[in-house]
Amino acid sequence: MGGRKLARFLAQRIVKMVLVVLAIIVVNFLLIHAAPGDPASVIAGQSGAADAKFIAQLRQQFGLDRPLYEQLWIYVSGVVTGDLGISHRQQRTVASLILERLPATLLLTGAAFAFAIASGVTLGAMAARRVGTLTDSLITVLALGFYATPIFWVGLMLVLVFSVWLNWLPSFGMATIGVELHGMAALVDGARYLILPALTLGLFYTAVYARLTRASMLEVAMLDFVKTARAKGAPEGRILRRHILRNALLSVVTFAGIQAGQLIGGSILVETVFAWPGIGRLAFDALLARDYQLLLGVFLCTSVLVVLFNLVTDLLYAWIDPRVEAT
Amino acid sequence: MTIFNHRQPSRREVLAGLAAAGLAPNLLTLAEAAAQGIAPKRGGTLTTILSPEPPILVLGVNNQGPTLVCASKIYQSLLKFSPKLEPLPQLAKSWTLSEDKRSYTFHLQDNDKWHDGKPFTADDVIFSVMKFHMELAPRARGIFAKIKEASAPDPLTVVFTLDAPFEPFLLMFEVTAAAMMPKHIYDGTDFRNNPANQKPIGTGPFQFVEWQRGNFIRLARFEGYWKPGQPYLDEIIYRIVPDSQSRALALQTGQVLLTQASDIEPFDVPRFREQANLTVETKGWEYFSPLSWIETNHRVKPLDDKRVRQAISHAIDRDFIVQRLWFGVGKPATSPIASTTRFYDPASKLQAHDPRAATQLLDAAGLKPNAQGVRFTVKHLVLPYGEVWSRLSEYLRTSLRQVGIELVLESTDAGAWARRVGDWDYETTINFVYQYGDPTLGVERTYVSTNIQKVTFTNTGGYANPEIDKLFTAARTTADPTARQAAFSAAQKLLIEDIPQIWLLELAFPTIYDKRLQHVIELGTGIHACFDDVFLA
Repeated sequence: MGGRKLARFLAQRIVKMVLVVLAIIVVNFLLIHAAPGDPASVIAGQSGAADAKFIAQLRQQFGLDRPLYEQLWIYVSGVVTGDLGISHRQQRTVASLILERLPATLLLTGAAFAFAIASGVTLGAMAARRVGTLTDSLITVLALGFYATPIFWVGLMLVLVFSVWLNWLPSFGMATIGVELHGMAALVDGARYLILPALTLGLFYTAVYARLTRASMLEVAMLDFVKTARAKGAPEGRILRRHILRNALLSVVTFAGIQAGQLIGGSILVETVFAWPGIGRLAFDALLARDYQLLLGVFLCTSVLVVLFNLVTDLLYAWIDPRVEAT
Repeated sequence: MTIFNHRQPSRREVLAGLAAAGLAPNLLTLAEAAAQGIAPKRGGTLTTILSPEPPILVLGVNNQGPTLVCASKIYQSLLKFSPKLEPLPQLAKSWTLSEDKRSYTFHLQDNDKWHDGKPFTADDVIFSVMKFHMELAPRARGIFAKIKEASAPDPLTVVFTLDAPFEPFLLMFEVTAAAMMPKHIYDGTDFRNNPANQKPIGTGPFQFVEWQRGNFIRLARFEGYWKPGQPYLDEIIYRIVPDSQSRALALQTGQVLLTQASDIEPFDVPRFREQANLTVETKGWEYFSPLSWIETNHRVKPLDDKRVRQAISHAIDRDFIVQRLWFGVGKPATSPIASTTRFYDPASKLQAHDPRAATQLLDAAGLKPNAQGVRFTVKHLVLPYGEVWSRLSEYLRTSLRQVGIELVLESTDAGAWARRVGDWDYETTINFVYQYGDPTLGVERTYVSTNIQKVTFTNTGGYANPEIDKLFTAARTTADPTARQAAFSAAQKLLIEDIPQIWLLELAFPTIYDKRLQHVIELGTGIHACFDDVFLA
């Protein structure tokens, strides 16, 4: 694509993205406030004692006694200037709370993402290469199994086997507490805690990538240019890698783009089972406590990430396959 | 003595595993015998669980369950209470009551320091009571408003003068009701938004070190604690573990040494009773005495008819609830006042489990069964605080159906529940409420017509009986314990007859801990003790 065309394309997309994110903020704001209960009544309900003055004080402090449109305006104008607001319940800025928990989630979902792509594409390629044999059947059945099993069940079963029975890996948490570890020791310690949650989250996507890769490769292997390459006498391995796999990757990229958009929001079940201190649980706790500002902040981050990855995926298409024009 | 290294199975875990397989000898009897009266051992880290994660750790600003559990190690109050609710010295080493029963004089310990090194004085006490808790805490506000005058004749003496005698006054000086807060940090500031709330400063044996949100809270020994040589533990670490099965696993594998309150669901308790290295303790809730009941909205017919409520009470088998749903943790309710609260009348008895009496009462109330056997339908809001409450609601639906009452269950989450109950937007629900040691403090608020408010933990049911109002007022305003007992006994009899809320069971929450921990549950506040004498044997 020419430079100017690319620039115009990007400009148009960015304008659309901003509008989409704004619309998402407004819709989420209205949805959250539509749920019964507010942060003041949640706090009152959990305090063992309450009176009308207590609730009124809290509502006034949280700015809930103002009309809804005024609250919405205050919030949106804050976001546009970069101020995500304050979590009144935890008495800290939303930005600091999110930034604090974001690395944990990105580590988990990033590891699961990398694992899923690597293992899924490899398994799918193996299955396509040996189509019709026992290996292929085995891989397909395994993929079906991981696809169909609920994530939290996989998580609990992994904990049961590796933590309770074999005692090889810890059952929850992100790192060993109470000891100061540095360098290699810290990395190894962190890795031990990361294995089970990343596996739990990743195995589902492994199944998806495996099936996608297998199907794509089988389709591409039928095409003429592959026959030409074989006729030329190219080694089988090179044909597989350079000709079949590369062309089959488009569908994988599509799905990877979708999964990347879930890097922030998609791990709440795993975070709950493994007590992983990430954004998913932050959002869930905020929802239960009706912590409006915090919840909206997390939604904002998620939607920004999704539209960004949407854009990246489109650009990636155009780069991988020159036949596709990004418009 | 550190937490179990989960890299290799420890000998104890192997033994526990073998014991589970029925193979190991019962080694712990020897250890138990040795543990009776051994000298305190200094050192060690107590790893425990906190769930759900509290929003903030400053008492007064927040009084939710998990905050009380953790912050009670950081802060203290003037007194602590035995299981029989007798006051014991804490920050106050002695106290006297004047002849006219209106002036309380407290003499403070003389080497108390805040965690930042400043001395703890009578000024801090007066600030905490008259300003801090008066502004922030609804319960404290109601009681401390009776204080006419607060003065400090010298830095270690405080005198509170009430406008009239108030017999349960001392019960308010417990850390969960009115913790002592540092005046030099909070006075003149906006208490709720003070940045010092992120690093709590108290006089307790443990000081706040760090809080990784979503992960853990770490407290460490305060070296300047006013009891020399204590606390014995080096650190307490509260792990945040949101999933109930993960918590049970953590306790089972020894990754945590102690769980409390609703960390472990009742149906998991029998399994931990079997585990040889753990103790399951149900004592330690005497000060709170949580009482659970079916809350009925008297504005909804036919729940305003006391015969209908009596019938519901007859239709329920409370023994079944305690044995089969709570697995023996807790006991059936016999009165609106719990058996561990002061002025409980042991002669009290609730309606017996008698479905036939229930159907007779409903017939007398004019509610005949239709062709399907249903007399009337009523909605029921399930309490969203754990699995066991859902089971309870399901059990109630079954037993009430047998006398012809159709219970339609609705589920919500905590926020919606609090809002709906507060707004009186419910027909029936389950509730459990703390009694705080004295019926005037924790029981009266549910039954007097002056406390019908649109907020939880008041008389949201809308019950109004002038006779009850008179009895509770009489009990509140007299200083003579005999007169109070007479008023409360009469109130209990009348309330059982009227049965405005259908009391179910006196709750106890299991505290499960490793047998090596000593002195864990010794007070009437149980797990909310400051842990300055807890050690790992």
